[in-house]
Amino acid sequence: MIGQYTRRKVTNYLMLTLCGLATLAAIAILLLVVGYTAVNGLPYLNLEFITQTARPLGEPGGGMRNEIIGTLILVGLASAIGLPVGLLAGSFLAEYGDGRVGTAVRLVADVLTGVPSVVIGIFVYIIMVRSMGTFSALSGGVALAIIMLPIVARTTEEMMRLIPATYREAALALGISRWRTIISVVIPGAMTGIVTGSMLAVARITGETAPLIFTALGNRFGFSGLLNPIAAMPLQIWRYATSAYDTWHQQAWAASFLLVIFVLFINISVRWLTARRYGYTR
Amino acid sequence: MVAMTGYLLESAWPAITRLGVEFLTRVEWDPVQGIFGALPGIYGTLLTSVLAMAIAIPVSLGVAIFLAELAPNWLRGPASLLVEMLAAVPSVVIGLWGLFVMVPVIRSPIERWLGQSLGFLPFFQGPPFGVGFLAGGLILAIMALPILTAIARDSILAVPSSQREAMLALGATRWEAISQAVLPYARSGIVAAAMLGFGRALGETMAVTMVIGNGYRLTPQLFSPGNTMASKIAIEFNEASGDLYIGALVELGLVLFAITLVVNLLGRIMIRWMAPGQRVGAQQ
Repeated sequence: MIGQYTRRKVTNYLMLTLCGLATLAAIAILLLVVGYTAVNGLPYLNLEFITQTARPLGEPGGGMRNEIIGTLILVGLASAIGLPVGLLAGSFLAEYGDGRVGTAVRLVADVLTGVPSVVIGIFVYIIMVRSMGTFSALSGGVALAIIMLPIVARTTEEMMRLIPATYREAALALGISRWRTIISVVIPGAMTGIVTGSMLAVARITGETAPLIFTALGNRFGFSGLLNPIAAMPLQIWRYATSAYDTWHQQAWAASFLLVIFVLFINISVRWLTARRYGYTR
Repeated sequence: MVAMTGYLLESAWPAITRLGVEFLTRVEWDPVQGIFGALPGIYGTLLTSVLAMAIAIPVSLGVAIFLAELAPNWLRGPASLLVEMLAAVPSVVIGLWGLFVMVPVIRSPIERWLGQSLGFLPFFQGPPFGVGFLAGGLILAIMALPILTAIARDSILAVPSSQREAMLALGATRWEAISQAVLPYARSGIVAAAMLGFGRALGETMAVTMVIGNGYRLTPQLFSPGNTMASKIAIEFNEASGDLYIGALVELGLVLFAITLVVNLLGRIMIRWMAPGQRVGAQQ
């Protein structure tokens, strides 16, 4: 009997230790990824990297100004398209979304979240690039907007549902119309949540690469209009990383570090804001 | 969504009509002669994703158990945050890290050791390239880990504490309480987590593209360079010329789309079925 008791205790400690080790491993991977990016990228991340364009191969220095500007434009375009539509869709789901249509839209939004970003890229390639005859910044923005849409819509919905029904009823009882209630009562109340959700969506699309291959294409010569190909940081990281030149690899690390800093900053500040606002920690 | 399916179908049409059902079973991919077969791509996608799940499910289950059951309160928040931040790192950055840091490690100690000690199995034969199915599977495991952990943790947290207390009161050890009372109760949530993680792994593109080595073959050897459907599309789409070639790549995307759609729908349905009105992980 003693033997069985010992065995149970040993199994207990063994399995619990394994669980702890798994957690350590998961955290270690994050620290390794971020750490390597910092160590390899930081030495090359300087003013020149942000303000200069790429130099020809063999010349040291140079930077990613075009790519940084391109990414900003793409993300701006995507936000200009994706945020309003997502907001409207989310409002619809929260306020009118209890019927069959709402369920269907919700399901589609959930499924759209799971569609591989390559497939979205191909889709935009077919509807925009092919019909317009050229790769363009606009199509890149649209592809990113499609990725961001379900995220924004779903967070908006969740946040607006947190507003108590009594608020709506009070507004309606004062004779205020439905849309006015939504705009002046419900949306301001849910604003923090909506903003944080939108920030997360922006962080998500900033690092997206796959759909840009078929839409924005990349462009070495700086921004030249929304209907022309445009450079983007994630694209350039990919091109540089799979090239054979050390100087390009360094640029890729530096750009990665910039991306990681940006994305982690948004994510952590969002966590901090929501934890303070709603008083839960996750 | 409907528009998407429609346009994809229309654009893949030349390929679908010309290549027929054989597209799905052919092994060759020869643009010059107009022969396209999707089988190695489908195989690569499934192989890397299954490999990723084989690694990620036990690990993330361990993490989820630790976060939900074992971690002291002061550690729970920060540890969860760190694991979730892994999901925020752009996949191209993880790919860069994988290519320059992970692949050399895989090539020299890991694959060499596997080849020497387990070389009698067909999986571990062949030269250690570093880049290949194994690297692809590992990188996918890393990328699927956060979503798996988050949903599994939520469903473990949703287990009523009376379940645990009853087991402990009967004299069970903590592990016995977890494995026999908590995990069975959270089972459907964990299965749903696995489905969604699998869906994520199937469609992941950039990181895999960078470490899988761009081969195109049907082989059980895990060290061999390969391709997934997503990486094949990413690598070749811009160079594709002619309706048939592009159509074949679009059709590849269509197959990928269909597979992820089914997997994701199953996962969503399971989540809904698991916790009506609660929608665990709805924002993932």
